[in-house]
Amino acid sequence: MLFLFWCANEHQQFRLAEFESLADLLDVTLVWVFKSEEYPWVVLDMASEQEAVKIISRSVSVKYCLHLWAEGDNFQDFHNNLKTFPFQEQSKWLSEDISFKVHVESFNKRINGEEKLEKIESLSYIPFLGPVSLSNPQSVFGYFEFHGLDPNNIPAEPLKLLFGRLIGEGQREKITKLSIKKRKFIGNTTMDPQLSLLMANLGKVDAGRIVLDPFVGTGSLLVAAAEFGGHVLGGDIDYLTLHARTRPSRVGQKIRAEDESMLANFEQYGLTSQYLGVIAGDASQSPWREQAWLDCVITDPPYGIREGTTRVGTSKDYSNQAIPEEYLEKHIPEKVAYTLHQLLTDLLNFSARSLHVGGRLVYWLPVIRQNYQPDRVPAHPGLRLVADLEQVLSSHTSRRLLVMERVEGEGLATVSKELTLFREQFYLPLAA
Amino acid sequence: MKLLTHNMLTSKCMKAVVTGYPLTIQARDVKVSEVEFNQDFIARIIPKIDWECLCRAAEQLGHLEDLPKATPDNYETDTDFLKKAHHALLEIEIINGDLVCPETSRKFPVTDGIPNMLLNEDEI
Repeated sequence: MLFLFWCANEHQQFRLAEFESLADLLDVTLVWVFKSEEYPWVVLDMASEQEAVKIISRSVSVKYCLHLWAEGDNFQDFHNNLKTFPFQEQSKWLSEDISFKVHVESFNKRINGEEKLEKIESLSYIPFLGPVSLSNPQSVFGYFEFHGLDPNNIPAEPLKLLFGRLIGEGQREKITKLSIKKRKFIGNTTMDPQLSLLMANLGKVDAGRIVLDPFVGTGSLLVAAAEFGGHVLGGDIDYLTLHARTRPSRVGQKIRAEDESMLANFEQYGLTSQYLGVIAGDASQSPWREQAWLDCVITDPPYGIREGTTRVGTSKDYSNQAIPEEYLEKHIPEKVAYTLHQLLTDLLNFSARSLHVGGRLVYWLPVIRQNYQPDRVPAHPGLRLVADLEQVLSSHTSRRLLVMERVEGEGLATVSKELTLFREQFYLPLAA
Repeated sequence: MKLLTHNMLTSKCMKAVVTGYPLTIQARDVKVSEVEFNQDFIARIIPKIDWECLCRAAEQLGHLEDLPKATPDNYETDTDFLKKAHHALLEIEIINGDLVCPETSRKFPVTDGIPNMLLNEDEI
């Protein structure tokens, strides 16, 4: 059976990686019939409708999933193909006691209500026997027109037409549910909910899995992981953020509300049972036991641009002395710069040590685009690179979302020095 | 802080500390709240838990109750046992108190449920 997955026109590159991760997690075999990083849809050949339902029960890229009845590269082609479709095999969706509606969607060309009606009428050869119901139909059909990708050069006829019966929708409503606008506790670098949910899917987060974010901040990645059933835990060096005592990030808000906290976010979304807690801790001196106890490490480390990167440390020599006891209670530990190179080395080593085989590390890496080469990506003998995806930030910078899976293998991380000079190069004028 | 988190924490990142485990709990405020029971999650986490450490921690908080001394052989299907483990791991929380390093007696304060595991610059 062929299934059409009509996707949102955002983060196109992440879409295929999401399909592959979900297939792996949900034990679904993917047979690609049409696969594209540019066009807003993919077509998969699947054993049954249940397999397709599994995918859309988790996917945040997919808007609609349809059992594909016909497609065509122009009107004539499309209608000829659809006319030969064996409608009698689908009679239970077309019978007279089943109400229905046809959903019309056009990509890259606006069409008005009247035109939509014309499109539906052009399908009059389909033996629809039931009554039309726009508010509560028992079966929904989808008609899609694709008018290319260039809004300044719309072709006369659609480049692709697709039609089928709607199986269901993806999880786009979770993006609205987790909207940052309505979230209780946020910070300067709170991650967008769509990307957070994609990260949870790429990390194969699922019910009963333990997920840790070692640079948790205000917990935006953990909220998304908890939404997919993960049990979540965080660490951060910033004690004040964890206690919600930093200056608020919201425009016009002068002081943090009394009830702002990490826990409040989980309460807001009804995810309290998924929240294991946070600790104030330094990622460079991991306080966690050395054993494989995690299913997923998911994080957006500080790059030193919008959030500073520090670790506890000093240039003084404390080998023969300690901080006098009378100062200890009020003492604030001295911090030194935590280079991106050291941070990534620690992150990969920690993940290899703490994930069990099959567990995943998902993290963002900032890069200067012209300096980036895929073979320079941080490596570890116990971590296999699954995906390396790009989100462009400006003409010369982007961040890469790296997905690694724990495999058998021991050793230490290798991180390229050139790759981790992001902060240093970010403030330099570009070479002509 | 839940006892599951406590079970995973050490003070071994301090210089001269060898294992730094388990951390002794000196609690001032303890809260018991209800958390939804997820049998699969508890069954998955049991093999990763240091059971002796969990029993000792529950005892230090005065909530040992009827927690078994050891994990039974067929714990995956023993719902009664898993519920007790669930209660100890997720429902008993330290709100204020200290975690004490077993080797150096260094205290890590727990404030409003968040342990502060940050070291001072002379300790690393």
